[in-house]
Amino acid sequence: MDGIHDLGGRHGFGPIHHPDDEPVFHSDWEKTVLVMFPAMAMAGAFNLDEFRHGMEQIPPHDYITARYYEHWIDSMIHYGVDRGIFDADELERRIQHYRDNPDEQLPPSSKPEMVETLKGLIASGDDYHRPNDEPAKFATGDRVTVVDGPSLGHTRRAGYVRGRTGTIATLHGSYVYPDTNAMGEGEGSEYVYTVEFAGEELWGDEGANTTIYIDLWEPYLLPA
Amino acid sequence: MTTPAEAPNSGGHTDGFPSQGPHPVAGTFPRSDAEVAARVKAMESILVEKNLIASDAIDYMSSVFENEVGPHLGAKATARAWVDPEFKLLLLADATAACHQIDIGGIQGEEMIVLENTEDVHNIVVCTLCSCYPWPVLGLPPNWYKYPAYRARTVRDPRGVMAEFGFDPGPDVEVKVWDSSAELRYWVLPRRPEGTEGWGEEELAALVTRDSLIGLTDVSVPE
Repeated sequence: MDGIHDLGGRHGFGPIHHPDDEPVFHSDWEKTVLVMFPAMAMAGAFNLDEFRHGMEQIPPHDYITARYYEHWIDSMIHYGVDRGIFDADELERRIQHYRDNPDEQLPPSSKPEMVETLKGLIASGDDYHRPNDEPAKFATGDRVTVVDGPSLGHTRRAGYVRGRTGTIATLHGSYVYPDTNAMGEGEGSEYVYTVEFAGEELWGDEGANTTIYIDLWEPYLLPA
Repeated sequence: MTTPAEAPNSGGHTDGFPSQGPHPVAGTFPRSDAEVAARVKAMESILVEKNLIASDAIDYMSSVFENEVGPHLGAKATARAWVDPEFKLLLLADATAACHQIDIGGIQGEEMIVLENTEDVHNIVVCTLCSCYPWPVLGLPPNWYKYPAYRARTVRDPRGVMAEFGFDPGPDVEVKVWDSSAELRYWVLPRRPEGTEGWGEEELAALVTRDSLIGLTDVSVPE
């Protein structure tokens, strides 16, 4: 979708606020939200691409102004309700309960097997490679143009490179395809390339002496 | 005015992108920390009852990223590359394998690529579409990396962004911007500062900052 999340090159956001002493977690609830991501993913609530697509569908004014982890919360609730993990009315009832009783804490709980699973996940992560029987269409040095036009679902075909022409810098192999994986259409498997763009191609004179590299899946690319 | 209570997150799927009418995700965002905390407690209480999460798991994973995994690991790999040419070669050829040699790697860094700064080239990393960041070497990203200004501006005005962090790569240096839009995770090998000949790895690592590993600054010796 052509949402507000597709921020590359947009004007008007002003200076970057970068305090030197930013903590890893700003509030305790952020710790919970971080771990709800693997917990809910393992429960089948969403895959990574669905999770991102959920965040993209947050209303633009909220997307821009919300705290970062609020994006996560809303995508989690969206898919959690959709997949039957959360009952919307029950969730709302409990939110109201904790609004009315802000000092009430959840009792400690224990799930040792999940701690073990998380140890493995943190150490090894996930593998997004998928086999592909077809040969890659492009090779290093090939000139390619990024498919122009709108996106109706989820995509990583960033707006600022659509319709622009660059050069294949690296072929990385074949991976889960976000455009189908986020939309319930299967993981797919498509080659990913790092594509190099001259700054002038994207930004005119403003881009002088700058090169931009972005990773793009094969279906996003046409021979130039 | 709509309050959060009147706008439960109960939207279903939509076909295509949302246009007019109710948004498929969320309604009005909660704004106060207390409101968000209530929301998260409600979610957690349901997930605990369904045996999908527990407080010890939350404590464990958050503690790893609060206390164990952070920019000191990227600094360690950088210092090793500065003193060990073979390690540097491997780091630039296969960063994931090189980092694995010194017990660095894992989630959100399953496939890492290291970009070498030189006299002629300065690299900087961004994720314009979300918040992709090499967790194993830098930990969790700071808010500014995930917020709109950095994501919007870095691909277009990297020098202006660096200037706000107090760094000027110089007019003749080519700036390379890396937008991590897939599952590859990029970070920067800064140049070893002059005047550090003969320094040990730990001393060198202490000079390396998070911002230099993202490419916002260089590494310098404090005066």
